Amino acid sequence: MYSLFLRLALLSVIAVPAIANAMPLRICADPDNLPFSNRAEQGFDNRIGILIAHKLGREPEFVWARSRRGFMREQFNKGACDLLMGVPEGLRAVATSRPYYRSSYVFVARKRDELHIARFDDPHLEGRRIGLQILEEDYAPPSLPLIRNGHAAQLVGFDTFGARSADIVHAVADRRVGVAVVWGPLAGYVAARDHLPVTLTAVSPQVDSSGVPFTYDIAIAVHKKDNALRNAINHAIDQSDAQIRAILARYHIPITADEKEAR
Amino acid sequence: MKTVKMLSRQKLPSQFTCWVGALVCAIAVAGCKHQTQSVQESAGAGGGIHPYGAMLEADDGQWVRATKDYANTRYSTLDQINSNNVASLKVAWTFDTGTKHGLEAAPIVANNTMYIATPWPNRMFALDLTKPGGPLKWSYDPNPSRSAKGEACCDWVNRGAVFSDGKVFFNTLDDYTVALDANTGRQLWKTRLGDIANGETITMAPMVVRNKVYVGVSGGEFGVRGWLTALNTTDGSIAWKAYSTGPDKDVLIGDRFKPFYDGDKGTDLGVKSWPPDAWRIGGGTVWGFLAYDPSSNLIYYGTANPGPWNPEVRPGLNKWTAGVFARDADTGQAVWFYQMSPHDLYDWDGINENILLNLPWQGSTRKVLVRADRNGYMYLIDRTNGQVLSATPYVYITTSTGVDLKTGELKHVLDKAPKTGQEVRNVCPPAPGAKDWQPSSFSPKTGLVYVPHQNLCMDVQTGEANYIAGTPYVGASERYYAGPGGNEGELMAWDPIAGKKVWTVPDKFPIWSGTVATAGDLVFYGTLDGWFRAADARTGKTLWQFKTGSGIVGQPITYRGPDGKQYVAILSGVGGWPGAIVNSNLDTRDDTAANGWGIAMHDLKSATQAGGTLYVFSLP
Repeated sequence: MYSLFLRLALLSVIAVPAIANAMPLRICADPDNLPFSNRAEQGFDNRIGILIAHKLGREPEFVWARSRRGFMREQFNKGACDLLMGVPEGLRAVATSRPYYRSSYVFVARKRDELHIARFDDPHLEGRRIGLQILEEDYAPPSLPLIRNGHAAQLVGFDTFGARSADIVHAVADRRVGVAVVWGPLAGYVAARDHLPVTLTAVSPQVDSSGVPFTYDIAIAVHKKDNALRNAINHAIDQSDAQIRAILARYHIPITADEKEAR
Repeated sequence: MKTVKMLSRQKLPSQFTCWVGALVCAIAVAGCKHQTQSVQESAGAGGGIHPYGAMLEADDGQWVRATKDYANTRYSTLDQINSNNVASLKVAWTFDTGTKHGLEAAPIVANNTMYIATPWPNRMFALDLTKPGGPLKWSYDPNPSRSAKGEACCDWVNRGAVFSDGKVFFNTLDDYTVALDANTGRQLWKTRLGDIANGETITMAPMVVRNKVYVGVSGGEFGVRGWLTALNTTDGSIAWKAYSTGPDKDVLIGDRFKPFYDGDKGTDLGVKSWPPDAWRIGGGTVWGFLAYDPSSNLIYYGTANPGPWNPEVRPGLNKWTAGVFARDADTGQAVWFYQMSPHDLYDWDGINENILLNLPWQGSTRKVLVRADRNGYMYLIDRTNGQVLSATPYVYITTSTGVDLKTGELKHVLDKAPKTGQEVRNVCPPAPGAKDWQPSSFSPKTGLVYVPHQNLCMDVQTGEANYIAGTPYVGASERYYAGPGGNEGELMAWDPIAGKKVWTVPDKFPIWSGTVATAGDLVFYGTLDGWFRAADARTGKTLWQFKTGSGIVGQPITYRGPDGKQYVAILSGVGGWPGAIVNSNLDTRDDTAANGWGIAMHDLKSATQAGGTLYVFSLP
């Protein structure tokens, strides 16, 4: 990683004289987590990160780190990188930029079943196996209303990471589960990439009665005291709105309108 | 494994923050009669010293496995260093392991050599005890995967190696068991047992009985299905593998399985006591110490908590997690099982050690196992059949009102069960339990069990936004604080026959090191802020202490060197679950840092530094 860092730093000096004096912008990213990022820089957060870096007149330098348990303390807070893509706005212990997209958990169902489930009290959930992502050692937030509505015994956990992250969407298509609730960007990307006969319906309402949200504003994290970089990133996001939306559309990321705007 | 705990690392809304944990705890109890009625006070003092009547395994002056003997007594017959002369104990030599993560291993002494297993990157050092200063004889580097670090819940620890028949065996965080030639360090075989992509890691110290080495899995508890496996020591091939959940054939439950309690009888309970398919990711990892009884040829070990952490998503008793298995050492077939925490609500791993003793009980001698469980009860279990003879509180408990000896069931206090969207306060013991993995010892001279443990409570509540690699979510958060008395840790001498404490030594921090008892009437242990101590085995009085360079979370040992002198050794290197506050330089202003240890560890960063040094002591 350090040798790569040096190589890129040298390259930027030699090949990009316009930004020869700028340090590379180091972006922490997961090496194997499409559609967000991968080592081949094929994820939408790779693309948006590169876009933002260039807007700032700096060369992007990806620092590959699996952002799982211990990542924040072992990597980010120790200064392994300057920024981190794809965090919920307001995440503690870091400073977050203005959001660059807003998405939600979605119900994934087979097209032929014509279920159109959007709510956790939908009677069509009765008796169906319900796929859910696993985050750390727990199910994703939609487990809360599902359990409250008496569906605890129907839940089936799926990996959120790496090569098997797409499995939860395929499981709906293959009838291994009747329906699944999945974070929108993953569901939208997998369904389109693999041409799966499924429908995606945003979870409604956007916030659970317990206060747990199912819709999140997604931002870029910088170190807590790095106000200058945050301000610059905010400006770059403002300027790049159309390009960011185009990138997200290419990955079929479901975008949720802000409730206030929607009204 | 503590494994872990699940609760994420967010901070609570500040209006709920209780900075003065013990005070809040006291108010909560005083202010609510209902809670007061359901509190179990720990057993008071009043136990006595009764020299042990039965035999222990012969002691050859070495320390070939972490637990010293098969019965897990961690007792040494050496008495050159004793309560009369320990005050003059001095450092004989040291060795820098080059690591800065929690050193939980017991140094292994055999073959005139000391073997040190380090945390990731899991190097093995062999030090020559025949020469002054213990120079390096050889070292071995398994080159483990970097990504394993991200999977381990609670620091990148390793609990040590085991020596048998000219070989040294140890495990790597990325799921290999390695056998080395003890003289040369040459790799004899290396077997892959798990997949870090599944969240599986291995941290435990393996144990050998005859020609089998036993290894269990740790890891992020969700998505991991626990197992214990036996490998043939000759070639590393797998003899058998026993899962902690699933159908009987996977759990190695067959004709020999005769559990004591009705709740454990039936077919495929490892499937039926779960929601559909949930057993496939149901936890029950195996990362504690094994015990072995040669007279019955049974091995004993505990299984960790069920996954996922949120108990509301796994209705049922979640067999065979959070319990103790007795299995045939050769075939792995289960003989009995007892579940300390059925449908665990608090992340209470059942992996704590089992000490095998033969004790007088109501007029006859019973073969028992003694275990200080996470749930706060000291169990005396008949190790031939799994019957609980007694279960006595040894800490302050608000989460249960006792153990029903007719059914074996833990009697939960429903008010203290975590609930989605609610804050539950004054939960005692908290997620790390009344005692975590740190092993106890037993002295036949006093008949006492020396238990290093916590005195903690917690508040639990749903938190705010968090994320994993692009996927946002909201989890719950926990905050730990000292229980009654204000001390977070305690060394306790326990009379297992009377079921009472004989003495206690409070400590500011949880005592996260193991203990060793010796025929010199001494108990050695270490503290999180780095003191290595010798306590009088009869009174607990500190007779000697030495401040090491870092916090101590390891397992002390003592041995007779080639020169005939007695030595005491300990690894000093803070870490593990609470110690990660120091070695990862976490922000203790974030109360939920290191999964809830933030508050309880506020002062630890100023009290010690990360380090990784072996200290060996002897008389001048």
